[in-house]
Amino acid sequence: MTPPDKGLDAHLVVERGTFRLDVELTAAPGDVVALLGPNGAGKTTALRALAGLVGLTDGHLRLDGAELDRTPPESRPVGVVFQDYLLFPHLTALDNVGFGPRCQGATKAESRAIAAEWLERMGLAEHSGAKPRKLSGGQAQRVAVARALATRPRLLLLDEPLAALDARTRLDVRAQLRRHLAEFEAVAVLVTHDPLDAMVLADRLVVIEQGRIVQEGTPADIARHPRTDYIAQLVGLNLYKGNADGHTVTLDTGPTITTTEDLTGEVFVAFPPSAVTLFRDRPTGASARNLWHCEVAGLETHGDQIRVDLTGELPLAADLTTPAAAELDLHQGASVWAAVKATQTHSYPT
Amino acid sequence: MTQLDTSDAATETLKGGPRRRRVRMTGRGVPLPLLVPALVGLAFLLLPLLALLVRAPWRSLPSQLTSTEVWQALQLSLLSATLATAVCLVLGVPLAWLLARTEFPGRRFVRALVTLPLVLPPVVGGVALLLALGRNGVVGQWLDSWFGITLPFTTTGVVVAEAFVAMPFLVISVEGTLRAADPRYEEAAQTLGASRFTAFRRVTLPLIAPGIAAGSVLAWARALGEFGATITFAGNFPGRTQTMPLAVYLALQNDPEAAIALSLVLLAVSIAVLAGLRDRWMTTS
Repeated sequence: MTPPDKGLDAHLVVERGTFRLDVELTAAPGDVVALLGPNGAGKTTALRALAGLVGLTDGHLRLDGAELDRTPPESRPVGVVFQDYLLFPHLTALDNVGFGPRCQGATKAESRAIAAEWLERMGLAEHSGAKPRKLSGGQAQRVAVARALATRPRLLLLDEPLAALDARTRLDVRAQLRRHLAEFEAVAVLVTHDPLDAMVLADRLVVIEQGRIVQEGTPADIARHPRTDYIAQLVGLNLYKGNADGHTVTLDTGPTITTTEDLTGEVFVAFPPSAVTLFRDRPTGASARNLWHCEVAGLETHGDQIRVDLTGELPLAADLTTPAAAELDLHQGASVWAAVKATQTHSYPT
Repeated sequence: MTQLDTSDAATETLKGGPRRRRVRMTGRGVPLPLLVPALVGLAFLLLPLLALLVRAPWRSLPSQLTSTEVWQALQLSLLSATLATAVCLVLGVPLAWLLARTEFPGRRFVRALVTLPLVLPPVVGGVALLLALGRNGVVGQWLDSWFGITLPFTTTGVVVAEAFVAMPFLVISVEGTLRAADPRYEEAAQTLGASRFTAFRRVTLPLIAPGIAAGSVLAWARALGEFGATITFAGNFPGRTQTMPLAVYLALQNDPEAAIALSLVLLAVSIAVLAGLRDRWMTTS
């Protein structure tokens, strides 16, 4: 493949003692790629290598056609949102965001104007004079994103961008981050161990285990065809986008899902494959209010579980124990009814 | 810092109501074998200072303190200690950064060498300075023949001697603060386009400012009290190299009252420094 002159084309090889990271990453401008993997898989090392904070042992790194392998971090058009943000504690939010433009040669006044604009865009205008310790977790996260974007990077790196937030703020911040990433015109790479974050924020997942890519593809792809046990457990989420009206979410593709959350407008609905119950015949008097007619598209074994890939009314993945699958006499093309209790679904605004 | 805390707790104990204290102490069960030596130790530290206050020639003090020699010595002391601290800052902060933030072969050995003046008898330091920077010293002979610079027995020599003895205090203090500071702030600055030096100047330096301030005060206090290296390297010329400690020592032999008066001044300065430091640490911690 000839290297594209737009976007990211990287082959990252970093050796450290016995650990070896060997990962190939390509992405077009506008792509959001999530690096997903267990602790110690090398996700953060990959991110640091992209930022130039760790040197490459081998491989290459091209961004918009320019070789960056030997470029020091301060000269790379790369912005980083660190896991705990690393906002400079002695500077105000405004000066934190203005730090990058200032380093790039803007005057103090210019950099402040740029920073004010970014804070405004993040809805933080009234906090521009605040020191980081006065900001809430969600505000600090947005300042960190603004600070990274203010340098107009061609590659935005986010290290566990939501990990430091509590569950409540996480939802809001995730939705906002999703919007900012969607508007971002260059390549974004985020590292996370949370499959939900990855699926909501990224167009494409790259799963890394022990320094190597074990699978990559769209979130839906990976959820339905996990290639390792780790992925099966981790990415095992059925995720849909639709329009909520109270407890009912109508998916863009037609079917509806009943949820416990009371929401309106655009939402995501997720439930794990283990929440799905399968029946060969339409169940009568079942308590589950979510019932879809499906067809078995494939079966895969993961440990003592069988992941069933279903198509039909609602494409979804279901996990069954081996005896249960045998009892149902599942095979490719078999017609089944899939049921999910509303209490096992989880919906949240986009 | 621990020293300060202990003395602080100790003064608290002295000031606090005796009954409440005793109840709490027996309540927590302070064993006598610890309590008795602790109190004796405290008395041992405070008694000489009390003696100084008791025997101070309060009546003749104003005339003592306004004499020219005292003023000269005090001015020289303050000036040389401040200049020595400035030298320590300019050279010591980068040295501390090098020790804390970079890896090079023999770094631990260099670190040990830096702290050597801490444990070295100051007189030995003075002799060593003479051999290095004296007129016939290893470097001094070149300074003399090339630039016409002579350090020994000059005010500059006083500054050099004081800086030599005081610098380790600053380096150790700043290095400790640097190690405690998160190096990833420098990385964050680099990803924003700052060179390593800019990152140091605009991010690290403000972050470690409290440590630098504390280190400077320590270094300044050490320089102010410096005796051995100064008298060996710079001599004892009133108005030129005779600092307060030297003046005290000299006065003790022919005019003890003057010595006490000078000592009181140094004591007052020390207490002021301590108070200033404590405020600094209280607000930053």
